[in-house]
Amino acid sequence: MTHLIAVYRQQLKTAIAEQLQYRAALVIWLIEVALGPAVSISVWSTVARNEGGEVNGYNPSGFAAYFIATMLVNYATQTWVFWEFSRRVREGEFSPLLLRPVHPIHADIAQHLAYKILMLPVIGLVTLLLWLAFHAGFTPSPASLATFLPALLLAFALRFTLEWTLALLAFWLTQVNVINQLYVVVVLFLSGQLLPLSFLPAPLQAITAWLPFQWMVAFPAQLLSTGLSSQAVVTGFLAQLLWLLLGLGLLNLTWRRGLKRYTAVGG
Amino acid sequence: MRTYLRLLWTFFRISILGELAYRASFWLQIAESLIDLGTALAFVSVVFSSTRALNGWSADELLTLIGVYFLIGGTINMIIMPGMNRLIEQVRQGTLDYVLTRPADAQLLVSIQQIDVWKLLDVVLGMALLVGAMLWHGGLPGPFQLLAFALTLLAGAVIIYSFVLFLATLSFWYVRMENILVIFESMYEAGRWPVDIYPGWLRAILTFVVPVAFAVTVPAEALTARLTWLVLAGTLLLAALALLASRLFWRFAIRYYSGASA
Repeated sequence: MTHLIAVYRQQLKTAIAEQLQYRAALVIWLIEVALGPAVSISVWSTVARNEGGEVNGYNPSGFAAYFIATMLVNYATQTWVFWEFSRRVREGEFSPLLLRPVHPIHADIAQHLAYKILMLPVIGLVTLLLWLAFHAGFTPSPASLATFLPALLLAFALRFTLEWTLALLAFWLTQVNVINQLYVVVVLFLSGQLLPLSFLPAPLQAITAWLPFQWMVAFPAQLLSTGLSSQAVVTGFLAQLLWLLLGLGLLNLTWRRGLKRYTAVGG
Repeated sequence: MRTYLRLLWTFFRISILGELAYRASFWLQIAESLIDLGTALAFVSVVFSSTRALNGWSADELLTLIGVYFLIGGTINMIIMPGMNRLIEQVRQGTLDYVLTRPADAQLLVSIQQIDVWKLLDVVLGMALLVGAMLWHGGLPGPFQLLAFALTLLAGAVIIYSFVLFLATLSFWYVRMENILVIFESMYEAGRWPVDIYPGWLRAILTFVVPVAFAVTVPAEALTARLTWLVLAGTLLLAALALLASRLFWRFAIRYYSGASA
């Protein structure tokens, strides 16, 4: 365990140093990250105003709170491994990673954490600006606010596990971009990023109940923006744990099979 | 003028020939464009299941707007962006020298030098969506509206072109301009909705800092009969001014350019 902690410390240090080279990218990221919620809030606030101030229990400041919360959760849980993996496999970059005495997933986790730590001031600034510009109204109870952080951590673990597994598809397929793009769209709609899930048509809502996506974004976001009943909180945590266990099993299986298929090219 | 059209066609043909070697990417591009379009349509349908009009825009009118968004976006990504990205690269590496020595107008050459043929798909999809939305709305609009649409579409494209050229020309002084183009591309995404739904500050940015409003909302307004003469005249005037200003700026920058390769 202490060994692993040392590995993480070193990985974090290198990853932060690496990322600091690309400071201009931070500004781009700031605009990209702020624009999405700003557009969503504007669209749905307009809908609410057209419908007499409220739809489905959301008024403009409720929408603002919801979309700021999803932005925060999305920032905390987002990964981009599945965009990098196909290059890693194709160009043989994977071979040196495999030679190291630790599982390569740890390097990826550390890299993501480093990025998120670096982005923290940016995301804080964006949150503040959006909050003021759209008069967001957060109304969670202290109890559901207290459950927010554990839910966020589980959401990150779940999303990371699933997306790392998805990334492993690159062992079998050479062209994964379309699959990745489809995945991103599905997550956009079914995780609650684009709209509160109660706005989806009924059949889709029924499907989302059986999928892991809402536990990655919508669940923590609702804990932060409006709060949830204690029953919903318990259901949420159970679902997160269950999906996480399933995901870990799937990851293990795919990883072992993928490794057998992997034959390094170049490197 | 005819020489320039022939030049454009030549560049286009070269790009097609180059791309035909990679036929698999045709299908990938189709899939990508369709996913993009499907996402936009799904979002619109969800929004309109909660309301009947978005700030006065009905569902078919909003589809018109999305059609314009794809049409203009496809054009930008097909001709303008690839050329400008390459220009920035050429300035950095000093290979712009070879362009400048060619016996044709350098601004024109850099503007059409690189064409991403596959983005033609977005243009076609956008047009199909436009026609579909108009049929749903109940037939083609009148000749005046069509004329206003054509004019504002052209003006919007010219404004965007001038703006991007202006940004790319800045690379004569600042080396890291490709990042600015990425910002422009992500700001363009806000154009899939009419700018009048945004709060004042954001609308101002999308109108005057990143002129997405002129490229998408104004042509869509022309087609859905909500454009006033004043806005039409203003848009055309702005397009002419923008083109002139970017041209002058380009000329000025070229004189400043001293070549890095030699």
